[in-house]
Amino acid sequence: MHISDGIIDAPVSIAFGVVAAAGVAYAATRARRDLDERTVPMAGLVAAFVFAVQMLNFPVLPGVSGHLLGGALATLLVGPWLAILCVSVVLLVQALMFADGGLTALGLSVTNMAVVTSLVAAGLVTLLVRRQRPTPRGIWAASFVVALGSVLLGSAAFVLEYALGGTLSVSLERVAQLQLGFHALIGVGEGLITAVTVASVAATRPDLVWALQRHRPAPATTPDELVSA
Amino acid sequence: MRRISLRRFLLGGLLVALLLAGGLSAFASSAPDGLDSVTRQGCTFGAGGAITSGRCIAQQARAHGLASSPFAGYATDGVDGPASTALSGMAGVLVTLGLAWGLALLLRRRERGSGSGERHGSGADAPDGSGAGAPGPDGLVDAGR
Repeated sequence: MHISDGIIDAPVSIAFGVVAAAGVAYAATRARRDLDERTVPMAGLVAAFVFAVQMLNFPVLPGVSGHLLGGALATLLVGPWLAILCVSVVLLVQALMFADGGLTALGLSVTNMAVVTSLVAAGLVTLLVRRQRPTPRGIWAASFVVALGSVLLGSAAFVLEYALGGTLSVSLERVAQLQLGFHALIGVGEGLITAVTVASVAATRPDLVWALQRHRPAPATTPDELVSA
Repeated sequence: MRRISLRRFLLGGLLVALLLAGGLSAFASSAPDGLDSVTRQGCTFGAGGAITSGRCIAQQARAHGLASSPFAGYATDGVDGPASTALSGMAGVLVTLGLAWGLALLLRRRERGSGSGERHGSGADAPDGSGAGAPGPDGLVDAGR
């Protein structure tokens, strides 16, 4: 969902550059408190993994492909603040090293793919992951829905940006239909990839899944009990 | 329950990322992604990918400023075939890993320097994750997450 330079006009690109910078800066201040010996390397791995999976475009329609955005996956594993940072690093590397995604459009892409997806994902996690120890099926289902929701709203953000600063050579209505239609399908793919990945991590190291750590019981419980089978 | 050590987990995860970027990427679809497809609606394209007719959002797109970088387009300069994508993918994985990890380390150091004297984190992870420490620090740390 990388945006090329020139598609969105300069004022809107700059405005969303500010939004992205503010989002990343705020995420950095919030993420600091979450960082420990486990989450520091996890942040590195999550970013590297999102980068890798973003290379794997899958077909959704004839002539149309999709790829993981990654904000939901990152949020489920390391929380929204680290997720914003991780995905932003991915986008930065892609733009600078691979010419993937415009440079003046980077603020738009960071806003959509890093900030919006992660915040939406965090909100959905709050709504969906209520139990202390979800069943494997529950983890799968929640991850899928969180990912799908994040993709839909992240893609909708582009429609908003287009409304504000696009060339309007194609009608806004058409852009909205196509963007949301394509990304509904892409979201299913993202949902599956996210669910499989989160379920795998949850099965081996549930303590490394942020979404499962939000309901830790009172300190009286020993750590071994919490690492469930 | 004996669980996989953090080091093994991280190495395993990195290996998967490298295999995906280095191996599976050659099989990825080369069709334009969802957003690119939206921007291409309304135009027809010629063999070289250039717009031949119609009106579409993509007509406004400008060439990338760094299109001459050695890894531009996920190909490696001087390397042909699937190895080109594989090398660029693996390079990207490692660069991203390093940058993100480095950023996280930097943020953590600044937090520790300015924060309270209390140690964050549950202490060094025992290699086999036995977690034999007192439950107190774990509860405090995770309540903050």
